[in-house]
Amino acid sequence: MDMKATKKKLGMKERYRALTRDLGWEPSYQDKDAIFPYASYEGIKVHDWDKWEDPFRLTMDAYWKYQAEKERKFYAIIDAHAQNNGHLNITDARYLSALKIFLQAISPGEYAAHKGFARAGREFPGVGTQVACQMQAIDELRHAQTQIHAMSNYNRYYDGFHAFADARDRIWYTSVARSFFDDAMSAGPFEFMIAIGFSFEYVLTNLLFVPFMSGAAYNGDMATVTFGFSAQSDEARHMTLGLECIKFMLEQDPDNLPIVQAWIDKWFWRGFRVLGLVSTMMDYMLPKRVMSWREAWDIYGVENGGALFKDLARYGIRPPKGWDDAEKAIDHMSHQFMLGLYQWSFGTSFHSWIPSDEDMDWLSAKYPDTFDKYYRPRWAHIRKLKAAGTPFKNYGLARLCQCCQLPSVFTEPDDPTLTCHRETVYKGEKYQFCSDGCMDIFNNEPEKYIQSWLPMPALFSELGGDVGAWMNWVSLRDGVDNGDYDGSTDQQHFNEWRGLATSNL
Amino acid sequence: MQIDLRTVAIEPQRNAFDHLVRRFGDKPASRYQEGSYDIQAAENLHYRPTWDPDQALYDERITRIVMKDWYALKDPRQFYYSTYTLTRARQQDTTEANFAFVESRGLAAMMVPDLAATALKVLMPLRHAAWGANQNNTFICGYGYATVFTQPCMYHAMDNLGIAQYLSRLGLLLGDTEALEEGKRAWLNDAAWQPLRRYVEDCMVVRDPFELFVAQNVALDGLLYPLVYGRVVDDDFSVKGGSAVAMLTQFMTDWFDETRKWVDAVLKVVAAESDDNRTQLRQWIADWNCRAAAAMVPVIEIALGVEADEAVAEQVEAFKARIRKTGIDL
Ligand SMILES: [Fe+2]
Ligand SMILES: [Fe+2]
Ligand SMILES: [Zn+2]
Repeated sequence: MDMKATKKKLGMKERYRALTRDLGWEPSYQDKDAIFPYASYEGIKVHDWDKWEDPFRLTMDAYWKYQAEKERKFYAIIDAHAQNNGHLNITDARYLSALKIFLQAISPGEYAAHKGFARAGREFPGVGTQVACQMQAIDELRHAQTQIHAMSNYNRYYDGFHAFADARDRIWYTSVARSFFDDAMSAGPFEFMIAIGFSFEYVLTNLLFVPFMSGAAYNGDMATVTFGFSAQSDEARHMTLGLECIKFMLEQDPDNLPIVQAWIDKWFWRGFRVLGLVSTMMDYMLPKRVMSWREAWDIYGVENGGALFKDLARYGIRPPKGWDDAEKAIDHMSHQFMLGLYQWSFGTSFHSWIPSDEDMDWLSAKYPDTFDKYYRPRWAHIRKLKAAGTPFKNYGLARLCQCCQLPSVFTEPDDPTLTCHRETVYKGEKYQFCSDGCMDIFNNEPEKYIQSWLPMPALFSELGGDVGAWMNWVSLRDGVDNGDYDGSTDQQHFNEWRGLATSNL
Repeated sequence: MQIDLRTVAIEPQRNAFDHLVRRFGDKPASRYQEGSYDIQAAENLHYRPTWDPDQALYDERITRIVMKDWYALKDPRQFYYSTYTLTRARQQDTTEANFAFVESRGLAAMMVPDLAATALKVLMPLRHAAWGANQNNTFICGYGYATVFTQPCMYHAMDNLGIAQYLSRLGLLLGDTEALEEGKRAWLNDAAWQPLRRYVEDCMVVRDPFELFVAQNVALDGLLYPLVYGRVVDDDFSVKGGSAVAMLTQFMTDWFDETRKWVDAVLKVVAAESDDNRTQLRQWIADWNCRAAAAMVPVIEIALGVEADEAVAEQVEAFKARIRKTGIDL
C-alpha cells in the first residue's frame, strides 16, 4: 500500500505552520500574563498574534545546513589570512584604527543584540515572532564571534586591539555605542524591536556595513571583507524582521501609531548619533577611500530611507523628527568628530592623524561647501602647532551629551560656527546635550537618562582626574595604543614588515 | 589591493587579548575562548531595565545560585557558533538520510498499524513539550549570566525547536496533518498529558534562570529522553517491528547523549562552588524530579501499559545515580 498517495500535499506556508506556528498552545495552568509579563506595559495593543506574517520561513534543518556552509568558508579564509600574513596586504596601518573602533564599540553591540533578541524571543506571546527573534539571537552571537575571530590575528601584530573587552565597559567613546544598546535592552520588547530591528538593522546596517565592508575591500583587509559578506544573508533576514514587526504593530491597532512614531523619532536620532563614528571612519580613516560619508548618506540614508518612509506613510508614519537636522549635519559631522578625536587622542585606544595635503584635497572635493571654509583652516593650524613641536592636545574635560554620550563637538543645525549646546534642569540637577534631538529624548524619559554612566565625570570622581590611573583602568598603554599615528609602533612595524615581505633581499 | 608578499617570519607582538591572558596565561587562545569569555558587558551599565527596575541589565543576582565567577561554567563540548552549527549540520545529514530511507522503502507503511498509532500517540504531543523546552532555554540564554553558560542554552533552545520540527515531520510521514492535530488535542485535553503540560507551563513562569535550567534540562529531560526515546522507541518499538521510528528519532537519542555531558559539567561546577549551592541544587532537583516522574508515568503508560510504573522507577534510580556523580546526593 502506498501511503504517500493518500497524503495531503502541504504548501510551503502550511508546512511551515505545521513545523513552527502550530507548536504553541493556549496555556491553562498558568495565566498568559504571568508567562509573558512584559508584553503589555509599553501600551502596544495586539489583538491577534496569528496575523503575524513570517518574514522568512526557515526551519532548523535548513538553518543548520545553510549556516554551516557559510561558517566553513569563513574560517577557511581567515585561517589562510592568518597563515599568510594577510595583514601585510592592507594599504597601511592607519586603516586599522577603523577596525579597532569596530572591535571595541560595534562587536559588543552584536553581542548585546544577541542577548536582547533572546529576551524578545521569549517575551513575545506569538510563536512566529518568537522564532524569528530566536534566529536573530543566535545570528547576532555569530556576528560577535566571527568579528572577534577575524580581528584576533590583527591583535597579535598591532596595538589597540588587545583590551577591547576592557574598553567596551570603561573607555569614553565606546559608551556611545554601548549606551545605544543598553537603552534598547532596558526598553520593553516592542521598543527593542524598533531600536534594533528598525534603527540598527534598517538605518544603521546599510550605512555601517556597506561602506565599511567596501572600505575593507579597497584597503586589502580580506578578514573583514569575509565576515561582512558572510553576515550579509543574515542581515537581509534581520531587516525583513524589523520591517515586519513595525507593520505588524501598526496593523494591529490604530492606537499603536503614536507610540511607534515616537520610537521611530527617538531611535532614528539615537542611531544617527552612533553614525558619527562611522562618518569619521569613512572620511578620514581609510587610506584608500570608497566614497564620502555624504555620498553614502545620499544613497543609503536619503534614497533607501526615503523609500522606507514612503512605504510606511500608508500607516500614517511620517519621517523621523530629526531628519532635517540630520541632513544639515552631514557635511560637518565627520570633520568635527575627527578634530575632536585628534585633540583627545591621548585617550583613545587607536591612532588618529592630521590629514595630508592629498587627503585634504579629497575632502574639499567631496565637501565643497564646508571643508575649505570651516575645517581646512583648523587642520592647518593644528599642523603648524605640530611642526613647531607643540602638538595640540586637549586634556580638558570633554562635555558629554547626557543622551548620546558624544562630546559636544557638533554645531547648530543652521550655524556651523556655533557649537550646539542644550541644557535642561530635572529635579534640581543640570543636564547637558549635544542637540535638540538628544534633549527631547531625555525629556521624554528623564528617569531613564539620569542614570546614564558618563565616562568623563567618572574619571574625575573615581580617579581624581589622574590620567595615568585612568589609562591603567581602561588598559590603555600610553605612547603605544594612543596618540598620533605618525611615529607610532604600528607605523614602524608595518613599514618594516611590509619592507621585509616586498624586498628581494 | 593585492601585492605579492614573500613569506616572511614575523614575530607576533602578543599572544592573545588581555582578558584571555588574565584568565589563561600568556599563550595563544582557542576560538572557543575568544568567542566565550568576557564578551558580555559587565560594568558601568547605563540604565535599569524598564521591565523590571529591580534588576540590572545583566544580573547575577536574579538566581539563587551564587558563583564567584560564572565563567567557570565551561561547556566541555567547547561549542561556539561555528562548531555548534557544523556539528548539527552533520547530524542533519544523517537525519535527512534516515527520513529518506524510511520514506523510500515505505517502512512506515510496513509497520503494524497499532504500533504506528501508538508511536504517534506518544510522540505527537511531545512537539509541544519540545516547544516549551525551547521557551525555557531561550529564557535562560536571555537572562542568565556569562556567555559560557548562556550560549549553550541558545544552542539548546534551537535544538529543542529542531526536535519539535523533526517530530512534526515524523507525524506527517507516519500519519498526516491529522496526526499533528490529534496530538495537540491530546496535549490540551487528555488526562494522560495534563501533568506534563502543567509541568511545562509551571516552568514558563519560573524566572530564576538556574532553577529553570534544573527544571527543564536536568529534571524533565533527564527522564523524558531516556524513557521515551530509549526505553519506549529504541527498546520496545524496535522489538515490535518499529525500528523505522527509532531511525526517525535517532537525532533525539544522540542529542541527549551529547548534551547531558554539558548539563552534568554545569551541575558539577555549581555544586562544587559552595555548600549553599549544593543544598539549593539538591532541593530543586529533588522537587522537580519528583514532579517530572509523576508526569512521565501516564505518558509512558500509553506505550508500556502496566509496565510504565516500573520503567519510570528504574529511570528515576538511574537519574539519581547520574546526579550523584555530579556531587549532589539525592
Ligand atoms: Fe549583526
Ligand atoms: Fe543583524
Ligand atoms: Zn547627544
